[in-house]
Amino acid sequence: MFNEAASLKTKSLEVWRGGLCLFEGLDFTLESGQVAIVSGANGCGKTTLLRILSGMNQAAGGYVTWRGEKIHRLNADSQAEIAYQGHLDGLKKEFTVLENLLFYQAMSNQKKPLESLLEELRLGPYQNRQVRYLSAGQRRRAALGCMRVKTAKLWLLDEPLTNLDTKGASLISSWISEHAKSGGIAVVATHQRESLIQTATIEIEL
Amino acid sequence: MDIFILILLRDLRLSFRRWNELAMPLLFFIIIASLFPLASSPEISQLRDYGGAVIWISALLSSLLALDGLFRVDAEDGSMEQLILSPTPLGVIVLAKIIAHWIVSGVPLVIASPLLALSFYLPLEALPVFILAIALATPILSVLAAIGAALTVSLRGGGALIGLLMLPMMVPVLIFGTWATDAAVQGENPIGALLLLASLAILSISLGPLAAAGAVKVAME
Repeated sequence: MFNEAASLKTKSLEVWRGGLCLFEGLDFTLESGQVAIVSGANGCGKTTLLRILSGMNQAAGGYVTWRGEKIHRLNADSQAEIAYQGHLDGLKKEFTVLENLLFYQAMSNQKKPLESLLEELRLGPYQNRQVRYLSAGQRRRAALGCMRVKTAKLWLLDEPLTNLDTKGASLISSWISEHAKSGGIAVVATHQRESLIQTATIEIEL
Repeated sequence: MDIFILILLRDLRLSFRRWNELAMPLLFFIIIASLFPLASSPEISQLRDYGGAVIWISALLSSLLALDGLFRVDAEDGSMEQLILSPTPLGVIVLAKIIAHWIVSGVPLVIASPLLALSFYLPLEALPVFILAIALATPILSVLAAIGAALTVSLRGGGALIGLLMLPMMVPVLIFGTWATDAAVQGENPIGALLLLASLAILSISLGPLAAAGAVKVAME
């Protein structure tokens, strides 16, 4: 099915935005079970880096590979292994929490029951409520739930802790450690470095 | 194929949850068309002369109304990022969205057009050709709408720009559509115009989704 073992590599990545070079010569390799925390001040290119790692944006120089293939030219099997969660939650406001979860689950051909996930996210009582009636933190948890149902191998999380309370934050941190233990790879951009640093195997400071 | 149906049903369900937006293009269509008899003379012979043209222009204008939300809503709430990153080719997803858009905004026009045609005293014999022409034209309009919406998805206030961009591209639909209608009203053979409309429909449905998908990808960068 795959030619190479799961690994995310960047080679002399160079990123420009608005005529400004944000960083250049970024090299790193993440193997199965490794978690990278990306930190740095506002506007240093964390989001841009994550979008480049996902293949949505193109770098000005250098390249990103997943299992040895260029990230924006993956085959369907490899593409299905990547989950990206950005600043936008990707939820449909007119749909209920459950409908959103079921949609993303169906998109990635998964069929696991969702009760325990809803329980973990403390969204059980709200599962049949439309997303527009949820608070910002509840939406964030629902969005991370949608990321979770994809059962992806590579997680790219951009500020996953935004709007989350301490319980939510520790849940996400435990998800990331669990994900790494089961052989997954994660890149997490965050300002709340302290909450997530214990899960990290490498730290990228931009 | 599963994903295609999944996206199609999702978009249809979303449209029905926003039912207040759903009826707008249809009401707009009927209102524009019924303004003409008020502004000019309501004599039967004249109505019959300009009726076909009026209904076609109303259809073009009202199809502009429905198109802004086609990708914008998905882009603003982040769903578009998820769709782009899904393993399904974006062209397939866009095609599903276009078909959902056609069912919601095109099919009501097809259903309402014979009523409008009768109110303009178009002869009954001309109705089958007229309905067929509208049924062939509305998918073309939906594809063009998708391309316009994709090109302007990252622009704020893209709504007016889409109109400027898309109306010239809709001109062939207007020309062949009114040609078919006039031919049918005057008892001539409309088959040439209908075939041209059909070939335009096939061309736009086969190539349009790819163009729109490419434009969305570039716009989301």
